Amino acid sequence: MEIIMSVVIGFLFMAAVYLMLSKSLIRIIIGTGLLSHGAHLLLLTMGGLGGMAPPVVADGVSVADYADPLPQALILTAIVISFAVTSFFLVLAYRAYQELGTDNMNLMRGTEDYE
Amino acid sequence: MKTNDVMLQTATKVVIFIILLFAVHIFFTGHYTPGGGFVGGLLTASAIVLLMLAFDLDTVKKILPLNYVAMVAVGLLIALGTAGASIVFDVPFFTHAYDYFDLPLFGKTSLHSAALFDLGVYLVVVGVTMTIIQTIGEDE
Amino acid sequence: MSNLLLFPILIPLLFAIVLMFFPKNVSLQRSTAIAGAAATLIAAITLLVKVQNDGVQAITLGSWPAPFGISMVSDLLSVLLVLSASLITFFVILYSIPTIGEARERSFYYSGIMFLLVGVNGAFTTGDIFNLFVFVEVLLMSSYMLIVHGGEKPQLRESIKYLLVNIISSALFVSAVAYLYSVTGTLNMADLAVKIPQIESTGILTLIAVMFLVVFGFKASIFPLYFWLPGSYYAPPTPILALFGALLTKVGVYAIMRTYTLFFTMNTGFTHELLAIVSILTILAGCIGALAYFDVKKIIIYNIIIAVGVILFGVSQLNEAGINGSIFYLVHDMLIKAALFFLVGIVAVIFGTTNLREMGGLMKTYPFLGWVYLIAAFGLAGIPPLSGFPGKLLIVQGGFEGPHFWGSIIILATSLLVLLSAMRIFIYAFWGEPRETMPLEKTTYRRMLIPSVVLVIITIVLGVGAEMFMPLIQGAGEVLLNPSIYIDAVLKE
Repeated sequence: MEIIMSVVIGFLFMAAVYLMLSKSLIRIIIGTGLLSHGAHLLLLTMGGLGGMAPPVVADGVSVADYADPLPQALILTAIVISFAVTSFFLVLAYRAYQELGTDNMNLMRGTEDYE
Repeated sequence: MKTNDVMLQTATKVVIFIILLFAVHIFFTGHYTPGGGFVGGLLTASAIVLLMLAFDLDTVKKILPLNYVAMVAVGLLIALGTAGASIVFDVPFFTHAYDYFDLPLFGKTSLHSAALFDLGVYLVVVGVTMTIIQTIGEDE
Repeated sequence: MSNLLLFPILIPLLFAIVLMFFPKNVSLQRSTAIAGAAATLIAAITLLVKVQNDGVQAITLGSWPAPFGISMVSDLLSVLLVLSASLITFFVILYSIPTIGEARERSFYYSGIMFLLVGVNGAFTTGDIFNLFVFVEVLLMSSYMLIVHGGEKPQLRESIKYLLVNIISSALFVSAVAYLYSVTGTLNMADLAVKIPQIESTGILTLIAVMFLVVFGFKASIFPLYFWLPGSYYAPPTPILALFGALLTKVGVYAIMRTYTLFFTMNTGFTHELLAIVSILTILAGCIGALAYFDVKKIIIYNIIIAVGVILFGVSQLNEAGINGSIFYLVHDMLIKAALFFLVGIVAVIFGTTNLREMGGLMKTYPFLGWVYLIAAFGLAGIPPLSGFPGKLLIVQGGFEGPHFWGSIIILATSLLVLLSAMRIFIYAFWGEPRETMPLEKTTYRRMLIPSVVLVIITIVLGVGAEMFMPLIQGAGEVLLNPSIYIDAVLKE
């Protein structure tokens, strides 16, 4: 299972890098989304995919059966953060598109204001 | 362009209450099982977004005249207050209080101050999501 | 009061929330923000006294036993940085009032500054790697908001790049945390310091250490990860620039300082050698930038990068002189950078441009500003007895005592370049033929000058009275060099 997850994570990172290297802003945002998904899955996989029972005390479940709760808690936090950042990024991209009139990163090189 | 929204609008009027009730359910089940303020807040926000899709921004503003930024602030204040109450009792920050109570109708119920914290989270999530959607949605 | 060490985090948080309720009432916003910053400052001073008297303060949130809950730890290093950060925020708010403009003040500007302070103070105080990530994200979110605040075209353009760089570094941070957790099974810094020496496979730990160096290097803008900084910091207005320049990169520096002394010490031959080389390259790259530009903001921005290199070189030596010097220089640099940005901001307002070629002759009309700037520039370059000197002296001494004497020589040589870059502003803007200046009201000028002058005076006191502050610095360095003090304080129960 860990092997499959590793491949999936690698694929997500690859797709994210590909998307982030493109010129269109919206693709870049999707790329950042994939990148954080990959990082979250990595966190889950690295914590070990051992137990299957939810990490809440219940009758008839031995200690070895519980999933490790810490990676889950960390991922939840990381997901919330990336949710906030992505939504901010979307609003920013929208505003930038309105103000600058383009979503092409090549046209956003900020050189004309400096000498 | 005039669109025909009758189906969407009629369905929304029913579905919205189901979503809101489900949000409340999810919020309270978060106590011992998956769920909680974050998911509940997102569900509530999605219900309001559905209203916006079916009708329009101005109508929704008339139905729900809420200041979402203030809602975020209130939510943060509730969350901070719950966590900060531990300072008054001189125990480490974020220490929660809980106990079992015999309430009429509910029977033996466990009450936990973490639920109050979650209420803060709920308000923040609804407030933030709606602020973002309103900001993008408002200017045409 | 066991929760005292959380007050510098909680007070700005409370004020940030309160500030969200009445965005349109500008005068109330201003007074509340000043009150909040002052209260944070008082809390930080109280905490400093407490830590100095009673040793390292630690608390684990939610009454969990120590390695399982989130530990917050306040040793002398973190409390010194918290104090400097609170002090600078206080002055930035004072400086913002006449300069930032009412439109910005109406749209949650002070709230954003307070949230930034929450993140910075939290990152300095936390004793848990993942919690560090969370606080870094808090300060990044506020910095995203501040960098784009006002929505001018260059701001929008640069903030997209700033955001993208930080999202990538955050994803790397999460990945690095994942690897660290899978190898050690803990994320509590004190617990890590106990567990890491017991792990025999140092290879993978070295890899993780380098990953963390990359992650924190993005924040601290070390070579070659500083590329985003000059463009992004150039865009926002001066008070925000001063706040960013003084605080944000320092969080990354602090994180490297903490992790590379507390637990990533299993393979110092590689990791600290790398850190030393990278920091020297950072200094050189910063010098090239500082000399190449004819723009006052850019020159000081590149000086941020130089300072980061100097501080990290001291850390990489891992001896008493180097570490003490780094701590002293870190505090000095936070204060002097804020002061310089304030002063340069006044110059830019007077001329209506940041281009040095369009400036000149300010010494005739604003002589006092000229002298204050000169003192600040000397302080930046480390001319005795000003505050840059003791820190740099100790770092150089650390380099000579350690294996990297060549690094010390480069630092000494580049000090002259730093002086040159700062003096260029003086020569071009204050000497020469008077150029046309923008009208500036006397009261506005005075309100901008007072916070700048007070900051410069504080740096003079820090430099002249270095002997007085040395016990604090040595106490902070002692904890870094003897991780057992830190570990015992956190895992005492």
